[in-house]
Amino acid sequence: MSKVAPPEELAKVDHTPPKKGWMDMPVELKEGRWCYGSKPKDHEVIGLPNPRSWSPGDEDWKLPENWQEIFLEGMRERLDKFRSFRLFMDICVRCGACADKCHFFIGSGDPKNMPVLRAELLRSIYRGEFTTAGKILGKLAGGRKLTYEVFKDLFYYFFQCTECRRCSLFCPYGIDTAEVTMIGRELLNLLGCNIDWITGPVANCYRTGNHLGIQPHAYHSMVEFFCEEIEEITGILPEPSLNRKGAEILFITPSGDIFADPGTFTAMGYIMLFHYLEGLGLDITWSTYASEGGNFGSFTSHEMMKRLNSKMYAEAKRLGVKWIIGGECGHMWRVCNQYMDTMTGPADFLEVPKSPITGTVFENAKSHKMLHICEFTADLIKHGKLNLDLSRNDQYKLTFHDSCNPARGMGFFDEPRYVIQNVANNFHEMPIDTIREQTFCCGSGSGLNTDEFMDMRMRGAFPRANALQHVHDKHDVNMMACICAIDRATLTTLCEYWVPDVEVIGIHELIGNALILEGEKKRTMNLRGEEFPWVEEEEAEEAAAEVILEAAEEGVEAAAEEVADEEAAGEAEGEK
Amino acid sequence: MSLEKLLQQKKSVILERWFDSILETYPADTRQFLKKKKNRFANPVAHEISRGIEEIFNNILKDANSEDVSPFLDKVIRIRAVQDFSPSQALGFIFDLKKLIRDELAENMGESRISEDLWELERKIDAMGLMSLDIYTKCREKLYELRVKEVKNRVGRLIERANMMCGIPEKEGDPEVCNTDNLT
Ligand code: SF4
Ligand code: SF4
Repeated sequence: MSKVAPPEELAKVDHTPPKKGWMDMPVELKEGRWCYGSKPKDHEVIGLPNPRSWSPGDEDWKLPENWQEIFLEGMRERLDKFRSFRLFMDICVRCGACADKCHFFIGSGDPKNMPVLRAELLRSIYRGEFTTAGKILGKLAGGRKLTYEVFKDLFYYFFQCTECRRCSLFCPYGIDTAEVTMIGRELLNLLGCNIDWITGPVANCYRTGNHLGIQPHAYHSMVEFFCEEIEEITGILPEPSLNRKGAEILFITPSGDIFADPGTFTAMGYIMLFHYLEGLGLDITWSTYASEGGNFGSFTSHEMMKRLNSKMYAEAKRLGVKWIIGGECGHMWRVCNQYMDTMTGPADFLEVPKSPITGTVFENAKSHKMLHICEFTADLIKHGKLNLDLSRNDQYKLTFHDSCNPARGMGFFDEPRYVIQNVANNFHEMPIDTIREQTFCCGSGSGLNTDEFMDMRMRGAFPRANALQHVHDKHDVNMMACICAIDRATLTTLCEYWVPDVEVIGIHELIGNALILEGEKKRTMNLRGEEFPWVEEEEAEEAAAEVILEAAEEGVEAAAEEVADEEAAGEAEGEK
Repeated sequence: MSLEKLLQQKKSVILERWFDSILETYPADTRQFLKKKKNRFANPVAHEISRGIEEIFNNILKDANSEDVSPFLDKVIRIRAVQDFSPSQALGFIFDLKKLIRDELAENMGESRISEDLWELERKIDAMGLMSLDIYTKCREKLYELRVKEVKNRVGRLIERANMMCGIPEKEGDPEVCNTDNLT
């Protein structure tokens, strides 16, 4: 009989990875760690180079003959054009301060997920191909040549970065690896190496107006559907307007809120809020043309981001509105707030946003003329314009997840918290080093929220989940609020794997629950159509009260009868 | 001295070694990071593993049943199930414990009582190995389930609205059921 190794030996096979410098580590693309390759039909619609069927798992990626030339030329062009990029290539001292700050490294333990090494993938090519020392000394000077292997490595790791910028927060030189990733993805894009989950939505958005390619009548139908649901819950049927010319404000939100739970409940919240404000002078319209707030173009190239963004101002102009409100969003807000003005502006045909209800002029949006709905709502609450019943959110013990783009990218911390604390009674923060500017990414941002990437996403999600677990254990938190449409979907998955007792909610869903609409019926369920947990108890109490009342009434009747009998008897006696 | 007492005495050494042997399964650069297990929020993997194995060890010492130890196994395995490991690599750490204990107790091996108790203890560890297999499989199943769920949910409400999928009602006369369950 042949000898079988003992189990502990068997399990030990290949336990310890070989000790090697990172440049010598074999490039191994593992399934579940890469996203499917972009499809030729989408390349054709948006004019991306090199349309072909391919998969990152293939040996041959079908690159054009002169791919190295194209890549290096693209790199040279960007080194000249973007001073920040050249600086980021030059000044890193490899101090390691950023190394353990990336959620993908923390969760995966793969050293190439350290931000410093992620950027070094490109930096080594910069040294090896563009600097004299690197050209001569090669590896000794941290340089290397752009080989096919190296190219695949770039693809693998730039599509394992969510462009969350957490690492940049800790870099003494302010090096932003997210920007290195953005440039890296642009270069990959020059050779037609993008992922299906980005190019598909980009192509749909370009052609039909939103990521899923949903047509105007379907969009309209969904809004109607929400109104019917609202009627069922409140007894009131709102009538929001779509594509209405001459409205004062245009409302644009990520399409995820329209088509997928739990974003749909947030969309219902918007509709209810707008309905409530109609009587106070709000004049707002939705649009089926600007039916996508998100911009997956921003995960492709700056040109593509601009192309997709242009419809916002175009629609504002066509409808003749005065300014724009954006729905609860993450990267959308970054694109609108940080880039839109210079990229697609100037929006000189619009006016500085001024709340028609409170009169507040939003100077912060003076130039690009667009507000985040949380700013708008926080201002309403501050001025006491909303009639709210906080107890309708009592079933939730809330925490708040700062989405990377609004929070770390834009410093948008307080408005959402202000709103939450004014519409709900139970709120608990996660630990300080995991929120606000130090927030941990959901692990699925920048277009990586696709299902085939699940292993990697769950690794990246672990630091966030771990902090969530803490407040769940300590305060019984059962609901995580956020203001990003991608997060509403991805955090739901995160919770199901890591902290199954917690669900995810948008802030305007909380508003919708608490808002007391004029003439509404007694609410017995939340926007999800779930009966409030106290309804059964209340009904039981009411039923009990009724029984007592009936008994009391019966008792009174009996007593009255008795009195009447006695009286009758007395009278009879008197008569005697 | 009984095996249990001996193991109690040597608990911290064994746990230290066990933790180190788990770190051995990660690349060198990562090991350095995981060794600094101080802040549970900055270094959640190291924190969960070290807490998890301590509880697992405590449960082995106690006459614990499987329900008690399972949540702690879950903590560690749930992490390793999504990392770069094959199933055997992900779960190997359970079996490593046997060798670690034997090494630690080398000088006491002659005592007949100890070796008898050790045999019992190792059976327990084997049983835990089998439980781990279940947990690992559940984690992987969950990941596939979540993938399907996401794909379904992406346009779930639209399909519900569009009445595009109308299933056969359970009983004759019932209204048609329109849902998204067939959409994969
Ligand atoms: S930007 Fe975020 S995902 Fe990318 S390397 Fe930095 S921390 Fe990691
Ligand atoms: S913190 Fe900055 S300088 Fe230090 S290694 Fe990271 S990118 Fe380089």
